[in-house]
Amino acid sequence: MSALTVLGILPLLGALVVATLGKSDAKRAKLVALLASTITALYAIFVAVGFEVDRPGFQFVESRDWIPAFGITYGVGVDGLSLVLILLAVILVPIVILAGWDEAESGRWSAKTFYILILILETMMIGVFAATDLFLFYVFFEAMLVPVYFLIGGYGSGERIQAAVKFLLYSLFGGLLMLASLIGLYVMANDQIGKTFDITALSRLEMSSTTEHLLFLGFFIAFAIKAPLWPVHTWLPDAAKSATPGTSVLLLGVLDKVGTFGMIRYCIELFPNASKTFTPLIVTLAVISIIYGAFLAIGQKEIKRLIAFTSISHFGFIVMGIFAMTTQGHSGSALYMVNHGFSTAALFLVAGWMIKRRGSSLIADFGGLQRVTPVLAWSFFIAGLSGLALPGLSSFVSEILVLVGTYTRYPVAAVIGGFGIILAALYILIPVQRTLHGPTTPGNENLSDLNLREKIAIAPVIALIVLLGFYPKPALDLINPVAETTIAKAGFTDPAPTVGSERR
Amino acid sequence: MTVFNTPSLQYGALLPILTVFIGAVIGVLVETFVKPTMRRFVHSLLTPAVLLVALFQVIANRETVTTTAAIGSVVIDGPVIIAQGILLLLSLLALLFVLDVDSFAPEASALPGSEEEKRAIASGKQQTEIFPLMLFSISGMMLFPAASDLITLFVALEVLSLPLYLMAGLSRRRRLFSQESALKYFLLGAYSSAFFIFGAAFLYGYAGAITFPEIRNAVIESAGNDVILLIGIVFVSVGLLFKVGAVPFHAWTPDVYQGAPTPITGFMAAATKVAAFLATLRIFYTVVDGALWQWQPMLSAVAIITMAFGSIVAIAQRDVKRMLAYSSIAHAGFLLAGVVAFNKEGLESSLFYLFAYGVATLGAFGIVTLIRDGQGEVTDLNRWAGLGKKSPAMASLFALFLLAFAGIPLTSGFIGKFSIFSAAYQGGLQSLVIVGVLSSAVAAFFYIRVIVLMFFTDASDPSVSVTLPTRRSLIGVWSAAIVTVALGVLPTSTLRFITDLAIFAR
Repeated sequence: MSALTVLGILPLLGALVVATLGKSDAKRAKLVALLASTITALYAIFVAVGFEVDRPGFQFVESRDWIPAFGITYGVGVDGLSLVLILLAVILVPIVILAGWDEAESGRWSAKTFYILILILETMMIGVFAATDLFLFYVFFEAMLVPVYFLIGGYGSGERIQAAVKFLLYSLFGGLLMLASLIGLYVMANDQIGKTFDITALSRLEMSSTTEHLLFLGFFIAFAIKAPLWPVHTWLPDAAKSATPGTSVLLLGVLDKVGTFGMIRYCIELFPNASKTFTPLIVTLAVISIIYGAFLAIGQKEIKRLIAFTSISHFGFIVMGIFAMTTQGHSGSALYMVNHGFSTAALFLVAGWMIKRRGSSLIADFGGLQRVTPVLAWSFFIAGLSGLALPGLSSFVSEILVLVGTYTRYPVAAVIGGFGIILAALYILIPVQRTLHGPTTPGNENLSDLNLREKIAIAPVIALIVLLGFYPKPALDLINPVAETTIAKAGFTDPAPTVGSERR
Repeated sequence: MTVFNTPSLQYGALLPILTVFIGAVIGVLVETFVKPTMRRFVHSLLTPAVLLVALFQVIANRETVTTTAAIGSVVIDGPVIIAQGILLLLSLLALLFVLDVDSFAPEASALPGSEEEKRAIASGKQQTEIFPLMLFSISGMMLFPAASDLITLFVALEVLSLPLYLMAGLSRRRRLFSQESALKYFLLGAYSSAFFIFGAAFLYGYAGAITFPEIRNAVIESAGNDVILLIGIVFVSVGLLFKVGAVPFHAWTPDVYQGAPTPITGFMAAATKVAAFLATLRIFYTVVDGALWQWQPMLSAVAIITMAFGSIVAIAQRDVKRMLAYSSIAHAGFLLAGVVAFNKEGLESSLFYLFAYGVATLGAFGIVTLIRDGQGEVTDLNRWAGLGKKSPAMASLFALFLLAFAGIPLTSGFIGKFSIFSAAYQGGLQSLVIVGVLSSAVAAFFYIRVIVLMFFTDASDPSVSVTLPTRRSLIGVWSAAIVTVALGVLPTSTLRFITDLAIFAR
């Protein structure tokens, strides 16, 4: 059994244990969930240490027949990219559980159900990144919607049901388009090489350019909804606003990465020619996302919606880096996925604590928190600075890589996208100033600062943000080889630096 | 001296059908000779026993693939064996619900609201004719896909339909509604039978023969007037499409599904589809396959309209049973995609889909029978609000069946949809696949709405409750749920079984 299978089973075991507990035993459910997810995270780190960076291809591979009638296997394996994303997921889960210690109690159902759903979701997150069989990936991709749907609808706040339904319908629509493309691939594979869903085998299929374009679109639309890219982003602000902070962290931090991950792993590798054709269009959409998300973020009155729109802007950067088709762009995007995961997690968690303390999520209701709750304020400040890509914090490295990688091929897009950085300063610094600095406004005098549990939860996230800002090498070492092979497989070469050649 | 040979009927191959038929006849005798108070008890032993015996005979028959019996008017091949097996399994499951709840009128002949009816209700009686009627219907369903000439096909169609018309009118509550639905079903069914026999006459006129192999040869040699053949195909299709509930012959479905006693609705939705689709597949794959270019565009259009119509109209429904009726129309459309595909995968995936869909349908209708207030079943969707709180187990299971209908991975519905759409894609019908996935997206909307109602909306009506489910219903619902998940997670053995057997004898 591959280490990945074990890793996937661990949270599921935790969920089983939680299921056996009594209904009112919320405290023990929490502890078991925390323990299970911590063990999973530690085991994942242990596995990651054994990953050989220089070896090409998938590692920790396991492949078993699942439904031979359709050539479907249970196939798992990781390369550097999927490994860092799995690490991101398993590190965030225990933090989310610890940070939102009481958030499950205000839900529609018992806390026990909440933790079962979270742990099942963790298994599916590991599976979706680890799958090397397209069908298995699809199964996780779709099945994941069910726990998230119940997490938003059952434990969120405000118009949570509408938000949950909107999320589910958007995702299902994309997923079904992808199903049509998946069937197309399957039928073609059946004609050419026999029934298989192995992605390495599928990437060698020959197809007419019309077919390739259509199949590409099926996949791309599904991933664009997931990521989300303008104009199919509208579900995200609602979902992020209504979900609990913890669910939002997992939703934006990890689940949406499935979209960008899918673009690299499936869109580009399976349909290199179609990717080439659609690149200008997609880069345009990405630039629109960057600017549009940033402008709307500036205009938000509500903290969680603000973070959601900043994410749309950041996803624009990630997608732009991916479809710039340069190794730097790809490395930058992959690193961006990780960094965005951590900085959004920090923002959402701290915002969640602020909202819980104040009982309001409007930016206007806060003011002068720096004096009352210094630790909370500093955490929010650092998370915000990471969000605007301040040098020394993790997002800076990835944003520069993306912009440099894009500039060599699409200078105009890179320049327009670059404005996103300036706008980022606005959308982060304005709310920071309004909520944290200045005189303490009425209603905020008696807010309590972070307690020990909350400090323990936020510390590793901030540590990682700083660490990856100063020393991104471990992550880049994992990511770079994948970026190079993906670009090579897609038939691109990095443009030669023109400035240097002129001098010679 | 010439020896007179008696025609060989091949009783062995016919045995399962005959068993069910004889069981039905014994059931009628029970109605005649057994005391009213004892009848229900006797039927509750006899009916499952008959079905089980027939099931074992089907299983025993599976080795002797492809025999013609009854002088060539019946053919027992792999698909028939599978279909009969599926039919018997679904009937057994349906029987659990039929036996369990008091869904049937005390005296169907009494005028609704009359003194006579009140007296019948007071006496605590329940019609028990339902059991022999069901057996008759099952025997017709088992014969329908096996028929190998037009006359047998028509006889089987009537044997399966007539008891259904009666059963639809036997609902215990809302008698007028039930009778109206029975009358509608009967009248429209009679029309469609007329169309069918009309088409059969044209086919006979075209080929000069009634047996399927002879018609097939005539079609391949294009021996006669093509217009006559086309008229024949169109009108026979009308009869079959009526039975499967495809647009534009679907009009009866919502009314009958709503009016009929719920266990019977489940039985009808699940089992009739199996029989009707298998017969449809046989006719289009093995009889008029030579005229593929004539019927494929027509049937594709019907499939597309059916998928889209069923999914879209279901959104507007406010009644559980009507919603499930429109969803069954949409599923008929998906199944037609398997017919139009015209390849072996089409046949295999249709068989799998029929089984998966039948089980989930029975489970869903089984739960509908349990959601009640003082007056009987509650089918108004608004009153299902908050069910997740009152009865988490039943609401979760209903949600599972809905997710299976919607085709979410890890349920049987997903494997079914995947296999049927890939068969259609393989058959070169990409447009059908696109419409199929888009309709699925629309359909997902109303399935999810029910889930929202059950889990996320607060109960508005305290009188609605789940009747304490008795053991039989519980077994029924849970086994349907287990099969639904098992077929979604580990479908391999079922798929392999179907793949090995699903070859039509020509």
